[in-house]
Amino acid sequence: MPLSNSPGVSDARDLIVVGAGVVGAACAYYAARSGLTVTVLDRGPVAGGTTGAGEGNLLVSDKEPGPELELALLSSRLWQELAEELPAGIEYEAKGGLVVASDAAGTAALRKFAAAQAEAGVTAEEVPADRLHDLEPHLAPGLGGGFHYPQDAQVQPALAAAHLLRASGARVRTGEEVTAVLTGAHGEVRGVRTTAGDLHAPHVVNAAGTWGGDVARLAGAHLPVLPRRGFVLVTEPLPRVVRHKVYAADYVADVASGSAALQTSAVVEGTPAGPVLIGASRERVGFDRTLSVEVLRRLAAQATELFPVLAKVRAIRTYAGFRPYLPDHLPAIGPDPRVPGLLHACGHEGAGIGLAPATGALIAAALTGRQPPVPLAPFRPDRFGPDRFGSDRFGSA
Amino acid sequence: MPGSPSEPHEPSEPYEPSEPYESAAPYEPSEPYDLAVIGAGPAGLAGAVTACELGLSVAVLDAAPQTGGQYFRHPAPGLGAARPQALHHDWSEFTALRGRFEASGVTHLPHHHVWTVRPPDGDGIWTVHALTGPDAHGGTPARVRARTILLATGAYERQLPFPGWTLPGVIGAGGAQAMLKSGLVLPGRRIVVAGSGPLLLAVASSLAAAGARVPAVVEASGYLGYARRPYALAAGPHKLLEAAVHGSALLRHRTPLRTRSAVTEAHGTDRVEAVTVSRLDRAWRPVPGTGRRIACDALAVGHGLVPQTELATGLGCATRRTPDGTHALALDALQESSVPGLWAAGETGGTGGWDLARTEGELAGIAVAARLRGLPALTRSRRARALARRRDRLRAFADVMAAAHAPGPGWTAWLPDDTDVCRCEEVTAGSIRGAAGALGARDARTVKLLTRAGMGWCQGRMCGAAVACLAAEGGRGGGRGDGAGGGAEGGTAQGTVPPSAERRPLAVPVPLGALADLPEESGRPGPPTDGPTADG
Repeated sequence: MPLSNSPGVSDARDLIVVGAGVVGAACAYYAARSGLTVTVLDRGPVAGGTTGAGEGNLLVSDKEPGPELELALLSSRLWQELAEELPAGIEYEAKGGLVVASDAAGTAALRKFAAAQAEAGVTAEEVPADRLHDLEPHLAPGLGGGFHYPQDAQVQPALAAAHLLRASGARVRTGEEVTAVLTGAHGEVRGVRTTAGDLHAPHVVNAAGTWGGDVARLAGAHLPVLPRRGFVLVTEPLPRVVRHKVYAADYVADVASGSAALQTSAVVEGTPAGPVLIGASRERVGFDRTLSVEVLRRLAAQATELFPVLAKVRAIRTYAGFRPYLPDHLPAIGPDPRVPGLLHACGHEGAGIGLAPATGALIAAALTGRQPPVPLAPFRPDRFGPDRFGSDRFGSA
Repeated sequence: MPGSPSEPHEPSEPYEPSEPYESAAPYEPSEPYDLAVIGAGPAGLAGAVTACELGLSVAVLDAAPQTGGQYFRHPAPGLGAARPQALHHDWSEFTALRGRFEASGVTHLPHHHVWTVRPPDGDGIWTVHALTGPDAHGGTPARVRARTILLATGAYERQLPFPGWTLPGVIGAGGAQAMLKSGLVLPGRRIVVAGSGPLLLAVASSLAAAGARVPAVVEASGYLGYARRPYALAAGPHKLLEAAVHGSALLRHRTPLRTRSAVTEAHGTDRVEAVTVSRLDRAWRPVPGTGRRIACDALAVGHGLVPQTELATGLGCATRRTPDGTHALALDALQESSVPGLWAAGETGGTGGWDLARTEGELAGIAVAARLRGLPALTRSRRARALARRRDRLRAFADVMAAAHAPGPGWTAWLPDDTDVCRCEEVTAGSIRGAAGALGARDARTVKLLTRAGMGWCQGRMCGAAVACLAAEGGRGGGRGDGAGGGAEGGTAQGTVPPSAERRPLAVPVPLGALADLPEESGRPGPPTDGPTADG
């Protein structure tokens, strides 16, 4: 990967991507494949933000029919292609997801959910209670049933980002923070100012993840991205005791019942390197990294309910990450009509690794004037106009 | 773990962890103590005794069954050692401190492996979470609540890898001494002692006194660094005396001391049989053609000590960089950390030996009592001022020694690409150099994300120093990953400071069953219950 140290003014030619996480890397990759010359900037290291704290889930199973599922299905296909094109080091694994319900009512709700997904193109296979242990021998006894989602997959997110960046051929400048977005006489983007000087390009992609609101603000645009904290527990290396990505589907039942009281469920999965990863919690506590013992307790309790064998297994580390959260749970993707030349690719909440390739493909299409592979309208970056979500309500955390 | 990561396991293969976790008895939260001390070495004991004698209720938690910490490690009573003092020339001073401790009424909680410390939650009470038992593995959870915390968690040894360092018979220099002190066992009969730092002389003379042959002590630094700061040297007479004692013991055992040299390779098939010792230039690069083979059946090696700070960094305590390139807690004049209510003493604030540790412990004990009893005058007493002066003098001396033994930047020249750097995850120097080169990692955390170096059992305690050096070399190759942004302490905006390499939110592994059995904390903000569960 070409690296540059030169300060002062320089020309990035076509495109500057702000953010060296997986979404920025995917934007760089697809833009470069479309023939554009790309520079990627990040104030931290490669994959230093939420990408480095992710589990690397590429999921369709948890998404109801709608724009996010369309994006996820496109991404699912693109990840399969990328798994061929990129080195095996990205640890792509088409492991499949298994969503389990605790009782018959839960299974019924899951069946309804899966039927709607199937109409949208998702493959979902019902697994009766007495067959669950064929797929996951260590699952707790007495569960109601489940659904197997063969399209669910996993990558190692930091490696995926690093390899996408390298394969893109983009210039990557880490440790360089964007301090201003440069604009011309008509408000159009002309580049960025960084801690190392000015860099000129007619297009800037905001792929700053959880910090995407800050970058938008530099360009005078409002984008209410907020951090939503999650913890991951990592166990000692194990033989493959968990084969799929497994999570409890009680929340699906709650969605179906219309109740507001939804439950957080542990998401449990093995990794090629051996450790089992246990997520996922959600809290809006700003950028607070300090350990929450209560979150760990709940994650451990829920994980050991699903897999009693894990009670004896030791957690060797835990870490927090900050999901980029937008109020309607959809990312902001595409040109910002308020600032010509500015595009956004951020706010993917907990689905950024999975949605990265589709996001990159949409950005590349927008930059080259091609028809986007899925409609861009639901992801319009200006949909949170000050009249709807003013900065007094969704100010910076 | 059986099998390589890519090897599939048969579904029928039963998985049985080796150390079963037994569900705990119901939680019995203790009454809050005035002070919880973590670590029963010299610093912790001195702090606990002092605070208790000034009227505070105190509990001391330590993983070991006995007091004394690493330095005053001694055989369990069952071994029937007649003269533990033979290995400790300060033994009488320790037994005096231990006697005061035992008479003081401090609650001693041995076999407590602390995995996290949580700050007060509105009620002013800290919570120390531990696993109890002879080892942490099958431990049952325990909680100790206290109004203040004194961290006296000591240090662990720094290792700089070389080819053959994973051979049986290659052990830490401190580890060799610990074996001798606690089990009265020698790691071999002909033991080369190597690395850097004042510990090496102490280890060599202990081993020689216990009957081992020590064919060489190999020290990477010169001792000239000491002479550049004569004032600080003069202020540390006890240290000089200690060095003289070790020196004369070595002379008596005819052990040559080779300075500006390093073990650059260990040889052997099933076990170390010999080492190659090479001369080093000023930057610690081995000088070609100077390698000399020395036969041995054990190698005790270490490059100084790394303060054990993870319980504090997990709480957001500020750190400082020490003259030998480690991170220690930043402490004020009365040993309090940047997080109010949390004090530290001993190696946690920078290595400096047992005398400094007990001095800091005593000062911290006074400071805690002054705070809790509302008697600030205690900290201005003659005793406190004398302790502070003594602390300053010993700390200055420790800093001179640390600077003299700081690893030179050229040591990685003795590290070929095929040598494992992270032993837990079997990550070679070549993979780390690859991540730091082509993949753009510029700091230890990113290297860890891209290679798994430091993700295993020891959580980077063994390889952290080496990984940081290799990552920084990658950065020099053309990136911008300097301390300003790419480094472990980089970042400029809120929330962007990546966790430093020393962050280990779980200080020891914790069984998931033990976590699940913790009492529910209803008062704390838990995860909201909306939204889907899965993440990318």
